[in-house]
Amino acid sequence: MAIVNNRLPKEDLEALFSDIHPPFEHDEGAAIEANRCINCFDAPCTKLCPTKIDIPLFIKQISSGNIKGSARTIFSSNIMGAGCSKVCPVEKLCEGVCVYNLLKEEPIHIAKLQRYSTEKAMNNKWRLFERKASTGKKVAVVGAGPAGLACAHALSLQGIEVTLFEKEEKAGGLMTYGIAAYKVTPEFCKEEVDYITSVGGIDVQVKKELGREITLTELRQKYDAVFLGIGVGIARSLGIPGEDLEGVVDAISFIYNIRTSDYSKIAVGDKVAVIGMGMTAIDAATQSKRLGAADVTMIYRRSENEKPCTDAQFDLARYDGCSFIWLASPKEIKGENGKVKKLVCNKMKLGGPDSSGRRAPVITGETFTLEVDMIINATGQMPFEELINNSSIRNRNGKILINEAFETNIPGVFAGGDAVNGGKEVVNAVQDGKNGAKAILSYLGI
Amino acid sequence: MANLQSSFLGIKSPNPFWLASGPPTDKKINVLRAFEAGWGGVVWKTLGTQIKNVSSRYSSLNFNGKKIAGFNNIELISDRPLELNLQEIREVMKLFPDRAMVISLMADNDRKSWHELVKKAQDTGAHGLELNFGCPHGMVERGMGATVGQDPEIAKMIVEWVMEVAEIPVITKLTPNVHSVVPVGKACIEAGSNGLSLINTIQSVTGIDLDTLIPNPNVGGKSSFGGYCGPAVKPIALKFITTLAQDEATCRTPISGIGGIATWKDAVEFILLGAGNLQVCTAVMLNGFRIIRDLCDGMNNWMDEKGYQTINDFIGLSVPKLTRWEELDINYHIVAQINQEKCIHCGLCYIACEDTSHQSISKEDGYPYNTYNIKEIECVGCNLCKIVCPVDGCITMIEQRKGDEYLNWKEFQKRGLPLNDH
Ligand SMILES: Cc1cc2nc3c(=O)[nH]c(=O)nc-3n(C[C@H](O)[C@H](O)[C@H](O)COP(=O)(O)OP(=O)(O)OC[C@H]3O[C@@H](n4cnc5c(N)ncnc54)[C@H](O)[C@@H]3O)c2cc1C
Ligand SMILES: Cc1cc2nc3c(=O)[nH]c(=O)nc-3n(C[C@H](O)[C@H](O)[C@H](O)COP(=O)(O)O)c2cc1C
Ligand code: SF4
Ligand code: SF4
Ligand code: SF4
Repeated sequence: MAIVNNRLPKEDLEALFSDIHPPFEHDEGAAIEANRCINCFDAPCTKLCPTKIDIPLFIKQISSGNIKGSARTIFSSNIMGAGCSKVCPVEKLCEGVCVYNLLKEEPIHIAKLQRYSTEKAMNNKWRLFERKASTGKKVAVVGAGPAGLACAHALSLQGIEVTLFEKEEKAGGLMTYGIAAYKVTPEFCKEEVDYITSVGGIDVQVKKELGREITLTELRQKYDAVFLGIGVGIARSLGIPGEDLEGVVDAISFIYNIRTSDYSKIAVGDKVAVIGMGMTAIDAATQSKRLGAADVTMIYRRSENEKPCTDAQFDLARYDGCSFIWLASPKEIKGENGKVKKLVCNKMKLGGPDSSGRRAPVITGETFTLEVDMIINATGQMPFEELINNSSIRNRNGKILINEAFETNIPGVFAGGDAVNGGKEVVNAVQDGKNGAKAILSYLGI
Repeated sequence: MANLQSSFLGIKSPNPFWLASGPPTDKKINVLRAFEAGWGGVVWKTLGTQIKNVSSRYSSLNFNGKKIAGFNNIELISDRPLELNLQEIREVMKLFPDRAMVISLMADNDRKSWHELVKKAQDTGAHGLELNFGCPHGMVERGMGATVGQDPEIAKMIVEWVMEVAEIPVITKLTPNVHSVVPVGKACIEAGSNGLSLINTIQSVTGIDLDTLIPNPNVGGKSSFGGYCGPAVKPIALKFITTLAQDEATCRTPISGIGGIATWKDAVEFILLGAGNLQVCTAVMLNGFRIIRDLCDGMNNWMDEKGYQTINDFIGLSVPKLTRWEELDINYHIVAQINQEKCIHCGLCYIACEDTSHQSISKEDGYPYNTYNIKEIECVGCNLCKIVCPVDGCITMIEQRKGDEYLNWKEFQKRGLPLNDH
């Protein structure tokens, strides 16, 4: 047992990490699918889209042959419409409520159609938006993730000069560094950022971290307003003995490595335990398996009914051959020569409902032990509590608090995305970015 | 099993389906394949003075991703030598003596030409002749085809010439490019035509290439009005044959129904409105001769279910059910009803009624599904919601008479009854 890289030949790795939702191969396919949509009025699919894309309209535009119009419809509601078409958990959003579900028929492949139009727009570099003349106002946006990019784009369209500060080397946020490699490629993420910023008026400054190279005080002095879209940080610690042994990794860092280097260089164990059952946990488990881990076991403290991931995400792990232990919670990690050897877990049972309304897991007193050589912790991410506290921004456990106008307790400082909601989806962050921009414009009197 | 055998003007065929004059019937190879597939008869591609066709020739109308709602062509009559056609007709008849062989004719506009052509055609032993008075393009410019079919006087004269020498049944094929087919139909019958067939194609432009701005079909940068046919023309054809079935002067003359027949249901509708047999062109051009199997089988099953033994049992049964608007019962009133169990909350009924009908559907916002209900008091029973609803049987129209007695518009006016006040 060991944690090693290069478990599989290059070609296998490439195949395993290729697009899990491939696009339409032919225009006809898109046309057939588009014509299947009955163009509902006050469509349920649109209601479930956090950015409220007019889905019946963009699909109608595909069927009428107005692909450019279709792309504009999508992007005017969701500037990351291309990325969202690849990463949105549509089974619990638009596609989950498509009226075809009520006929027990396959819902319209909304995301695939959205990808069809947006991909054409990006590949052909269609210029779908024009900036208004400069207003002379300047806004600093911190964090070039989905929230920051959406905010910057919306502001720039209205003639604001935007400076986008990003601590990493590349823009895109978790889209670039967090989302599973079989959903988006680094090239796509770069193209998407370039496409968004090609509208002009957005100066992207990478390797500029708030709290290091820049401070909030300074930003407030130099800019008319500030938007914070800094997301959340690494996984919260397990808080159990043995957590510093070699082989215990945080899911976000593990995936960050996959997204920033060659698959052949990523080391993974033989027997991997993944703690958690959320989307990050699923991505960590499936990507471990695809890197060649022999056994991947996902451990969750509640039962299958309470799992936070969707059935579609769960199936992804199931079909990748991961195993699952329900009602189990890590108690202690045992090692040998400083390396992980065993994971001791408490057996849990379900008690009364907790604050989330779900039945709370309770320790039974029984334990069991798993032989493992790698443990990936995916029990939820930690907000940047220190940074936020140091900037005197009102927060709850590090999650920034905002009012209905997306403004923090500091005048002229707005926030949105994971930094506020603690971690949802890309599409929610985009909507927050739009809302933040709107609030800033009204704050600036534009 | 019902009996599909047909006798039209005494011309026998194992089923009532003939191939209409056109590309499917323009040579021996096609017709043999058609007969092998089971077609009851053919009307051979129109013969006359040999012509030359252009390329391209066809175009079509697509609708909502569905290809070929309508089809159009700028072909002329047969472009093959007359003698070769006649020879092949003889050969085919020898191989398939039980099938109907009718020859479509269009001679130059003089008595001698018609006499010669009729004689040559009937010398083959064919069972009947069809006079093509309907071709809307190409031949018109030469004073033939639809020009003849649009003028009762000319039509009558030509039919008379034909009847002077015809020894076999003569069917006159009418053009729909007229306000009414009755005057021409009447004239042809007076002149002795044994039967009528309709419709030929309708003058049309199916569309324009939006890159080149050239209408379809493009013949070296220009186009020409083409003859429209296929599914889109069925409603027009049904209307025209009904007018003949309703008119005292034409109702006793057998009608061969043509225009947009693609399924057995279409065929049954033509018969119910007075057709004695059927002709099909576009549907086989799009799907091949094999469609005959379901045409026959579907009609057969329907006849069995209805208890009809032969086609004659239901010819024209729906004709009396088409009347003048003034005769309709104003007291008959229906209202829409939504079956909430079947409803998929698409809102299509609502927006149709709200925007363009009578604001008779209420919307109760829900997340993610709205609930829609009919406001019975407001509903005028127009059927629009039922037509747009994607779920079969979800919206039904319920009868709620406004009065017990039959009341038509004339009577309504006579009694000075009130009109709508909003
Ligand atoms: C493993 C994983 C998988 C996921 N998979 C999906 C998925 O499939 N589909 C989906 O819709 N969502 C997914 N999500 C969630 C999604 O990625 C986030 O909800 C979304 O990216 C949030 O956008 P954001 O802009 O708020 O934050 P982020 O994307 O986190 O962007 C924040 C940006 O701010 C930068 N930043 C942070 N601190 C500073 C600072 N002090 N100074 C300057 N810059 C800073 C960061 O480097 C980053 O670029 C996933 C998340 C994870 C962790
Ligand atoms: C390509 C083409 C060529 C045709 N040629 C003739 C013809 O030579 N003589 C004729 O009487 N009708 C001709 N027609 C008309 C058809 O016989 C028929 O009346 C018409 O197409 C309507 O029937 P459909 O909808 O089944 O095609 C032609 C139709 C098509 C599509
Ligand atoms: S719910 Fe489905 S069918 Fe209706 S508009 Fe949306 S995608 Fe189309
Ligand atoms: S029948 Fe006509 S008026 Fe009545 S609800 Fe339907 S659309 Fe509206
Ligand atoms: S059109 Fe039919 S399915 Fe759609 S909302 Fe109306 S009743 Fe329901």
